[in-house]
Amino acid sequence: MSDFPDVQLHIVTGKGGTGKSTVAASLALALASRGKTVLLCEVEGRQGIAQMFDVPPLPYEERLLARATEAGHGDVYAIAIDAESALLEYLDMYYRLGRAGKALDRFGVIDFATTIAPGVRDVLLTGKVYEAAQRNARNKGARTYDAIVLDAPPTGRISQFLNVNNELAGLAKVGPIKAQADTVTTLLKSTRTAVHLVTVLEEMPVQETVDGVAELRAAGMPVGGVIVNLVRPQDLDEEARTELLDGTVDTAALTKALESVGLKNPATLVPALVHEGRDHAERRRLEDDQRELVNAIGIPTYELPKLAGGADMSGLYELATALTEQGIA
Amino acid sequence: MKAAKKSATRGSRSAPMTSTPGPVPALDVDALLDDRNQRIVVCCGAGGVGKTTTAAALALRAAERGRKVVVLTIDPARRLAQSMGIEALDNTPRPVPGVRGDAASTGSLDAMMLDMKRTFDEVVESQASPEKAQQILNNPFYIAVSSSFAGTQEYMAMEKLGQLDKDARASGRWDLIIVDTPPSRSALDFLDAPERLSSFLDGKFMKLLLAPARGPAKLMTAGFGLVTKAVTTIIGGQVLTDMQAFVSAFDTLFGGFRQRAQRTFELLQAPGTAFVVVAAPEPDALREAAYFVERLSAERMPLAGLVINRASIEPEGDLSPAAATAAYEALRDAGAGSSHDVAAGLLRLYSDRKLIVERERRLRAKFATAHPRVRTVVLPALASDVHDLDGLRRIGDLLGRPESA
Repeated sequence: MSDFPDVQLHIVTGKGGTGKSTVAASLALALASRGKTVLLCEVEGRQGIAQMFDVPPLPYEERLLARATEAGHGDVYAIAIDAESALLEYLDMYYRLGRAGKALDRFGVIDFATTIAPGVRDVLLTGKVYEAAQRNARNKGARTYDAIVLDAPPTGRISQFLNVNNELAGLAKVGPIKAQADTVTTLLKSTRTAVHLVTVLEEMPVQETVDGVAELRAAGMPVGGVIVNLVRPQDLDEEARTELLDGTVDTAALTKALESVGLKNPATLVPALVHEGRDHAERRRLEDDQRELVNAIGIPTYELPKLAGGADMSGLYELATALTEQGIA
Repeated sequence: MKAAKKSATRGSRSAPMTSTPGPVPALDVDALLDDRNQRIVVCCGAGGVGKTTTAAALALRAAERGRKVVVLTIDPARRLAQSMGIEALDNTPRPVPGVRGDAASTGSLDAMMLDMKRTFDEVVESQASPEKAQQILNNPFYIAVSSSFAGTQEYMAMEKLGQLDKDARASGRWDLIIVDTPPSRSALDFLDAPERLSSFLDGKFMKLLLAPARGPAKLMTAGFGLVTKAVTTIIGGQVLTDMQAFVSAFDTLFGGFRQRAQRTFELLQAPGTAFVVVAAPEPDALREAAYFVERLSAERMPLAGLVINRASIEPEGDLSPAAATAAYEALRDAGAGSSHDVAAGLLRLYSDRKLIVERERRLRAKFATAHPRVRTVVLPALASDVHDLDGLRRIGDLLGRPESA
């Protein structure tokens, strides 16, 4: 059973370098494995989804990304949302501007609204996500989604990004942009949304995660879970790790064990393994401190292994399975 | 340029397609820092690759080698900022305590953290009469632009760099400025920020907004009425009024702003400026680094080289990862007691590490094949975060003498 049964919009954030896009993609696959039709959105113009799934750059259009291959699974679609296209679509949908729309572009208004005007860009990006989540009659015949995963801006900027109302406050007090921001905010703050934070077990990312959760809570945004990514293999138990750190590991027994499976030259291999193991034990100890800080946040946490081969397609499915098993999807 | 390109292509064609990179030219960090003609070093790269730490480590090393350095950081980790004495975000360079140097050393290190809004305000104050400045600073539209416009941080980092450079030349307080760049969505944003601001200030939309102040007759084109109406409908009349007030107050400053943006861009192209691209051995970070390298070359901005942080260290031993994995599985399945389990666990770590090292090497080779002339230094992953001068010094040592790692 999923930990977030009522959530339709999953927002994934995380510090740069923690693998937030990989986690967002895996979460989309995980939700699809539960039979949901999923839309995966990116908003930063990086074309990260296309790179991961090895497909041509995504346009401002919902494209089929991963077709369900097993019975009971759903399809995953993807879209790269950019502010300019979102604004033109919005104007077209709500104002049928026609000539004025072209004039806006000619006068640099589109450029202005999407690059300079504070907050407008974020309203447009989240506005498109909102539109996909809440399809109405204005977008005739459009596909409806059971779940939407948003690969969102990094933790340092997430509250500002989602708190579109605040950004506009003091600027646009009335008018349709303000009304649009209000509707979007209603969805973002509802129980249909969860903001998940991706971290690795290192000091800075964990600190940013703790700060991020506090900020999101203060802004009234529904915090989902913490996904701890790139976790080291957990094969060595605490006793073994202590011995490795103390230098009391029984190398003769190790040599024997290696010989028993036919490895040649265990005498040269053992020191290399012990050295590697010691380094690992040291890092695990530092990670455990960070894990305590993560657990102290008091929200559900999920762990994903560091894949030695990198997060290619089969890696993404492996991570998706881990997420499903741990109950986030 | 042509000849260089040709030989590069030939070099990459004859290079065997293996996981071992060809001879990648080494980045001599100490030579860069010791070169007295080098006045500005800009560190750039994707978010989360250790850019701020690299900038701080370069600055400390340069100072301890006798340079008078100021480092401009954007968003340092709290403990690092504390140890450098720059927790207070007051937009002023402060001496960093604890910098070493030999007896004859003339080196010093100042550090500061960028306050984006303060920098913007200072620009306004320096450009306008006191009343006019106050009028601008109080305008709601200005307040919003200066504190949250996507790109303000990038632009203000470059603005601050320009100011520091001017100070350095006038006072002689510094002979080397090291700049960290904002953690942009795209690492290139800061290069575009000055251009974007000045094209905005020059844009038709601005003229349109100014039209009421200047007399609308000249701009009464067919589109004008439609546009004003559309803008009013969408963002509301009050925003338009604020914007118009802002623009007319700002009008006389535009020329100044544009000139400053232009000067900053030229400063980045000047001899004496060098870019250090920072990356991690991950596809995203290296892709970003590649864009950066290409962009710098297109803008004729001098690239010193590439720093690859967090490289995995290859374990000793020549057992292949496949053989290690096979042995791991055999031991695990045998279930013959604790020393077998430990041996299995260690073999798994070993094979994972070997695979990761191979993968990183492939990624680096791919980069080097596409950009064979980029000087590179590779730093091993450290077990813990850096939050004091000793940590920065260690990184500086690795940067300066990578073979000692």
